[in-house]
Amino acid sequence: MTQAQLAQGNAPLLAVRDVSVVFGGIVALNGVSFDMHKGAILGLIGPNGAGKTTLFNCLSRLYQPSSGDILMEGASILTRPPHRIAEIGIGRTFQNVALFPNLSVLDNVRVGCHARSSSDIISDSIRLAWVRRGEAEINKKVHEILAYLDLEDVAHTVVSGLPFGTQKRVELARALAADPKILLLDEPAGGLNHEEVYVLGDLIKRIRDQRHMTVLLVEHHMGLVMSIADHVVALNFGRKLAEGTPAQVQADPDVIKAYLGSKDQ
Amino acid sequence: MSAATEDAVTEAPAVEAVPKRAMTLGLGTSLAVLAALVIAPLFVKNFIIFQMTMLLIYALAVLALNILTGGSGQFSLGQSAFYAVGAYTSAILMEHVGMNYALTLPIAGIICFAFGFVFGQPALRLSGVYLALATFALAVAMPQLLKLGFFEHWTGGVQGLVVTKPDAPFGLKMSQDMWLYYFTLAISIGIYVASVNLLRSRSGRAFMAIRDNEIAASAMGVNVALYKTLAFGVSAGITGIAGGLGAIAVQFVAPDGYTITLAISLFLGMVVGGVGWLPGSIVGSAFIIFVPNIAESISKGLSGAVFGVLLFIVIFLVPHGARQVAIVAQQLIGKLRKG
Repeated sequence: MTQAQLAQGNAPLLAVRDVSVVFGGIVALNGVSFDMHKGAILGLIGPNGAGKTTLFNCLSRLYQPSSGDILMEGASILTRPPHRIAEIGIGRTFQNVALFPNLSVLDNVRVGCHARSSSDIISDSIRLAWVRRGEAEINKKVHEILAYLDLEDVAHTVVSGLPFGTQKRVELARALAADPKILLLDEPAGGLNHEEVYVLGDLIKRIRDQRHMTVLLVEHHMGLVMSIADHVVALNFGRKLAEGTPAQVQADPDVIKAYLGSKDQ
Repeated sequence: MSAATEDAVTEAPAVEAVPKRAMTLGLGTSLAVLAALVIAPLFVKNFIIFQMTMLLIYALAVLALNILTGGSGQFSLGQSAFYAVGAYTSAILMEHVGMNYALTLPIAGIICFAFGFVFGQPALRLSGVYLALATFALAVAMPQLLKLGFFEHWTGGVQGLVVTKPDAPFGLKMSQDMWLYYFTLAISIGIYVASVNLLRSRSGRAFMAIRDNEIAASAMGVNVALYKTLAFGVSAGITGIAGGLGAIAVQFVAPDGYTITLAISLFLGMVVGGVGWLPGSIVGSAFIIFVPNIAESISKGLSGAVFGVLLFIVIFLVPHGARQVAIVAQQLIGKLRKG
């Protein structure tokens, strides 16, 4: 058991229970189960095609599992449509950055506040007092997050013109704007150089500690996962191969076989 | 100025990037345009005033399409159908019910909003060119629906309806055309301001988020289906008000006034004005009203061909429409000030 689990008792924040996903005849996920505990950084690893992104997309409700259940604080998320996932505290970033390219950094992050605010088109059109107050609150929060992630200099820049590394930070800012309890990061280190990966690792830890979030990290970059994760789940061919501390998973013979192949093959 | 320091930081991408408040004009420019619109009719003949009224009315219809396409990224070649419903709603309420012309407009807007919202439901399954085709079908069907014998008592069938032009109220000494112009101007300003507010608000950001990336918008909690249909509703509602005003200004509604040609003209106006740039709507409207006349004055027999050539030139020179011209002008003025 990890320290985070011991500290928080045993009720998981998010529980993946025996989830299977079948596309036509292909079993993309086969009975995967694991728990995420509050305040932990969970690393999800596996070779290409292991089912990491499939699982990720189940969590953000883009895919419907064929069987099994996903519980957030004890309640199933599978009855919720995709746009009602943010409001229960699940935020995400995308593998290849899915920002709103024609909007400024500010507006991208403001959209992140959508799930935590309300309005209607009539009140918005005539800018009623409560709408103005809401916008002021959104702006305050957005500027706080931009300062936190050191993005203030580019606040008014349209995101499509920004370097890839900066776009990734904008995406993180947008996810933070919804005050998620769980942050799902899909290959955040992809496309970053060696130095940037270390900065990112520190940033993820800092976000977990300072903003009290739980992080699910899907990552190819072993160095990053092993250095910051409290707990690691390894997938291969849609099945859970191993689970435990980074050291345990790294030493697991099945994991080594999946990554390096064995002599028998 | 803060703009100068920002320029220094982002010198290279500044050319490509859209300027900060790209959706609207600055306060000074807005007031200048407004002043021109208020003063101009005092110096021209009634026929020109009528044309200026039509300019505002089509500008509203182009603006409505701009919210739909520029804002939420959905195409429509069916705006003429919403325009027709608005026009007929106003005409029927005025002539059959005897309602005051000004009161018919909000009703036209609400009916068209509902119509657009409902039409937006099936449109949810379509995107891009397929949505354009579905709306095209709506535009083609509308004139025939209006001719149906079943509605003839209300719509006047093929003959259409004649609408009485309102007099200036409160004993104002003003021609009917002039009064209608200022009435239209007031409504246009109101709708323009509301549209700018809308696009800058949480709802507007949801529209634009959907336009740019539906999956990401949904992950941020935006109800994609709801906001897409809302965009259709808002666009149809504004188009309906424009249609109602059009019926009052022209004093006549008939099915053949609202064919697909109108829808394509509005689409053209949006492209010429700059997709997603609301002030461009009036430029686009001017293009679709005046350029055909110019083409006709150049060659009566080949006016269509001349119009085509003029359109081609505009699209070739300024593919982003009036917005591009505005950006270039802004940069020139900026340089002159610095120099």
